[in-house]
Amino acid sequence: MQALTNRKKQVERKPMTLAEKLYLPAIFKGMGITFSHLFKKKPTISYPEQQRPFPSVFRGLQILNRDEEGRERCTACGLCAVACPAEAITMEAAERQPGEEHLYREEKYAAKYEINMLRCIFCGLCEEACPKDAIYLTQTVAPANYGRKGFIYKKEDLLIPNPTTDREAYEKAKGTIGTGVK
Amino acid sequence: MLLQIDWFIIIEKFILIAVIVTTALIVAMYSTYAERKIAAFLQDRRGPNRAGPFGLLQPLADGVKLFMKEEIIPLTSSKTLFIMGPLLAMITATMTSAVIPWGWTIDVAGRQVPLQIADVNIGILYIFGVVSLGVYGIMIGGWASNNKFSLLAAIRGASQMISYELAMGLSLIAVLMLVGDLRMSTIVTHQTQHGWNIIYQPLGFLIFFVCALAECNRTPFDLPEAENELNFGYHQEYSSMKLGFYLFAEYINMFISGVVMSTLFFGGYDIPFVNEAAWGAHWWVGLIGFAVLMAKAFLFIFLFMWIRWTIPRFRYDQLMRLGWKGLLPLALVNMLITAVVVLLLNK
Repeated sequence: MQALTNRKKQVERKPMTLAEKLYLPAIFKGMGITFSHLFKKKPTISYPEQQRPFPSVFRGLQILNRDEEGRERCTACGLCAVACPAEAITMEAAERQPGEEHLYREEKYAAKYEINMLRCIFCGLCEEACPKDAIYLTQTVAPANYGRKGFIYKKEDLLIPNPTTDREAYEKAKGTIGTGVK
Repeated sequence: MLLQIDWFIIIEKFILIAVIVTTALIVAMYSTYAERKIAAFLQDRRGPNRAGPFGLLQPLADGVKLFMKEEIIPLTSSKTLFIMGPLLAMITATMTSAVIPWGWTIDVAGRQVPLQIADVNIGILYIFGVVSLGVYGIMIGGWASNNKFSLLAAIRGASQMISYELAMGLSLIAVLMLVGDLRMSTIVTHQTQHGWNIIYQPLGFLIFFVCALAECNRTPFDLPEAENELNFGYHQEYSSMKLGFYLFAEYINMFISGVVMSTLFFGGYDIPFVNEAAWGAHWWVGLIGFAVLMAKAFLFIFLFMWIRWTIPRFRYDQLMRLGWKGLLPLALVNMLITAVVVLLLNK
């Protein structure tokens, strides 16, 4: 019969030699191999203590950005919600009152801003759509939760720490923002 | 009448029993840890390292877990036998340690204290008897479970143990012919004077070692526990500490067979090329002897584990063929040759 591929191999059916019948040489060889593995470097990463760096293009959990004075950048324009293919983003707009200038950068802000992490597909289209540099995808993953409710992230969960009160945390969170595909 | 009893010997033996059984239990406990670590290292993994430094508290955590688990006794099982199974396995595993000489005779306040629980003159036969009883633990457990997989596994275990005991016994007869005594202490002292038995009986040792693997139900002969064929083997219906006892008994058996092999073939507590008898009967000499014996046993435990994580399991017919057509004739030939040589040399 014509072979279908060129990888055909004839099976050897010759009787075993005495050394093969004894098993022992083969066993010693195998034990030599396993013993050499005893001293090999382990590829394991001890996870909670040691973490593998994310690639710079990684798209993870969203973060709502603030400006240098700690004011929220989001103006609740809704472009991200429109861009979102999974319809994971909901928001409610509100008008900035006098005396709230240190809280919100522009006259309009998001009173409510929610992302359903069960729907989100981490495509990064919200980041691309945003005209105000307000939303970014970070190099972190959404942690596990016990209920569905816990996966609906509120504005408080998404906001970056305030740079005027907690500079260190702000810088750290800023550092997790990926560079995106260049 | 009461005063005539030598109370010191009773106290002395009680202490010895307590120490030796505790040692065996602790060694078995940490064998589980060692097994997981060695398995991990041989497979380029790290093994348990969460409970305590280097995961050293892992055996304790496992023990607590097993104790806390719900105890289930199947309704259709015969309850007495079901409970007796793991007990018997455990008892027979620890009983073997009674006749093993653990170190040099030491001198405690003018008394000669041998580090051996019972120096019976049929030491080896006693070990064989108790080891053969071990199969009842498996058999009874498998039978009482009223589960066909358990029963199949138990029958396999029984037939495997019986077939390998023959070759084991025959390989031992050769050793006995060399030493000329069944007493364990004599076997060791004979080796300290004439060199270790492994020099005269390499083939006998090989046969004994293979049979010991089979007796302990270790890979490549762990057919009673063949998960892919029998689900879980003879302890399928067991839960909680009863399961723990079965698993524990396996590790004790492994330790004891390591000790027995060191005693029979590797000079027991003897250090090679060193004449410890000249050091006198101090307590520390006994302790060194004990440490040496333990070191030898640990090497065997490592070897057992190393083999387990290297070789796949035998098929059942291969196992039987190896036992009856391979090892048994080989042991017979070994015995005959030894007999002829011993006879010729004695003339």
